Amino acid sequence: MKKQKTTGREEKPWVRRLLIGISVVFFLIMLVFPLVEVLYRSLKDGLALYVEAITAKNTLSALRVTLIATVTAVAVNTFFGLCAAWLLTKFEFKGKQVLSALIDIPFSISPVIAGLAYIMTFGRMGWATPAIDWLNEVLGTDISLVFSVPGVVLATIFVTFPFVSRELIPVLQAQGSSEEEAAAMMGAKGFTIWRRVTFPHIRWALLYGIILCAARAIGEFGAVYAVSKARGKTFTLPLEIDALYMAGSADSITQAFAVSSLLVLLAVVMLILKQIVEHRGKREQ
Amino acid sequence: MYVEMKHINKSFGDYQAARDISFGVEQGKLVALLGPSGSGKTTILRMIAGLEHQDSGDVVIEGKVVNDIPAGERGIGFVFQNYALFRYMTVYENIAFGLKVQKKPKEQIHKRVMELVQLVGLEGLEKRYPDQLSGGQRQRVAFARALAPNPQLLLLDEPFAAIDAKVRKELRSWLKEMIAKVGITSIFVTHDQEEAVEVADEIIIINEGSLEQMGAPTEIYKKPKTSFVAQFIGTSSVLEDFSGFKGFEDAPKGRQAILRPEFVEAFKSDNEKFKSLISAAEEGVIREIAFRGSYLTLTLEVNGILLTANRSLERRPVSVGEKMCVLVYRAYILEEEDAHIYKNRMLEGVDVEAL
Ligand SMILES: Nc1ncnc2c1ncn2[C@@H]1O[C@H](COP(=O)(O)OP(=O)(O)OP(=O)(O)O)[C@@H](O)[C@H]1O
Ligand SMILES: [Mg+2]
Repeated sequence: MKKQKTTGREEKPWVRRLLIGISVVFFLIMLVFPLVEVLYRSLKDGLALYVEAITAKNTLSALRVTLIATVTAVAVNTFFGLCAAWLLTKFEFKGKQVLSALIDIPFSISPVIAGLAYIMTFGRMGWATPAIDWLNEVLGTDISLVFSVPGVVLATIFVTFPFVSRELIPVLQAQGSSEEEAAAMMGAKGFTIWRRVTFPHIRWALLYGIILCAARAIGEFGAVYAVSKARGKTFTLPLEIDALYMAGSADSITQAFAVSSLLVLLAVVMLILKQIVEHRGKREQ
Repeated sequence: MYVEMKHINKSFGDYQAARDISFGVEQGKLVALLGPSGSGKTTILRMIAGLEHQDSGDVVIEGKVVNDIPAGERGIGFVFQNYALFRYMTVYENIAFGLKVQKKPKEQIHKRVMELVQLVGLEGLEKRYPDQLSGGQRQRVAFARALAPNPQLLLLDEPFAAIDAKVRKELRSWLKEMIAKVGITSIFVTHDQEEAVEVADEIIIINEGSLEQMGAPTEIYKKPKTSFVAQFIGTSSVLEDFSGFKGFEDAPKGRQAILRPEFVEAFKSDNEKFKSLISAAEEGVIREIAFRGSYLTLTLEVNGILLTANRSLERRPVSVGEKMCVLVYRAYILEEEDAHIYKNRMLEGVDVEAL
């Protein structure tokens, strides 16, 4: 008798091979070749030019702005993401559905619109400008929210807002609240309960959300493009690459690829981190 | 009274989950909250614990109103329905949690945890995580964890619900023994009357958010106060009109009656033992015989009404269609919400219990 396999569905071998083939070809054309091309182009004119490109003043400035924006966005969104996920899963209140939908807005509207909206709100003509001017006067500061680093940071926060909370919500929902109640019955207070009981459940999901958030923050183009106009001051890496490429000279294009390779490197690091976190998270389930 | 509930009301939206609940539990007693699913048992337990807040009424523990005292400070141990063990902590850490929260010194914690591990028989499993334990072992951990901080009151929500039927009986007597050993006042929720009767000193019957009756198991069984209790406890059949029966002529007409198999005696007309009572018996025909393992359940038709009676296997064999004498000792007659016991008048002066 033929040996029966236990998996109910059995595809014909050629179907499987065809599907694998399509996937691999697609993957090569869409991802691998372009990335290899980036690396190849960046090193084409020699290592000296490469090093020069990534140590140029504008590049270093862009790297700095990118890192500032990413770190701030991750910190802020981790905090608000935790609060929002907590609120949405552990409490019942009016308008919960609305809040839940609002969190997803950055997923559904174009980042450019987000950037423009910031200009409309905080720019010269924006309604919030008088308030900011007043604040600057009182505090003796000179903060401006558009065409400045704070503006870039805000735009980045906006587009990466949902990542952390969206990762946490399903985990918190699945956990329910009886473990927390058990801890409360034994006299544990809010923060202890959070640290000892809730956090262990969500740590991998949280880390995963943070990585996604960081990856998106590093790569964001549209939203920061709208609020950032000063090369060498407020440009992020993606904007700097665009500027170099648009300059059009052979050298600057090579430089654009060199800077791109930096981004690719960051992306690969993120990807590896993500894989590790995903794997460890699954193992603990 | 150690624990007292005084006129407790609680609503979820417009659904009233507890209606004017009042009862008291004496120190050292093991009490069951018994009722059908959705009747409000868990809600009552959670209000005692402080996990849910009543809309009105007082919860009193040791003579002190605890309405405004948070759950963690009421000195209560709680065993959750699904145990709610901390999944990312070992058995040891689970049991130690409450003591750590109290900032007890390490050696003291260790001593207490090992003491409890031994008490519940989990030696050698301290380093396991909850998902590496069987259902029964998890229940033991939950029990030990709740007891670790030395609570004065133990609340258990359906402690056996997640355990399969075979082990359940074993664990029941285990838990009863443990609670007696520790000597802690305990209230547990169940919807299984056999469990309540077997384990509890006293039973509180809850139906649709109201307290129907509280009392010792035998009292609830023998003297149900409400029609709900009469029907809910024991195996009972409901008869629409019972007033025509011999010996029950003075029972009110047109009322429902509840008969349990043990209220009915069926015997053959040549039976020596019941000879003197034959005049009090009706005539019936066996319609059905069911074998119950250690006894038979007969379904008898009497005056067009079907009754059930149990019959020991030691007695003479019977067959379907056979004519029998059917004697009804007593019945619960239902009036509105109340249940009243009516005894067979023709048996007055007869020592029924000696039969
Ligand atoms: N948080 C809540 N919100 C709304 N309704 C609730 C809530 N908790 C309980 N209820 C309702 O109150 C009623 C009593 O619930 P409870 O959990 O106390 O019942 P129970 O007797 O423990 O039932 P079971 O035996 O099924 O556990 C149910 O109808 C339930 O739907
Ligand atoms: Mg319940």
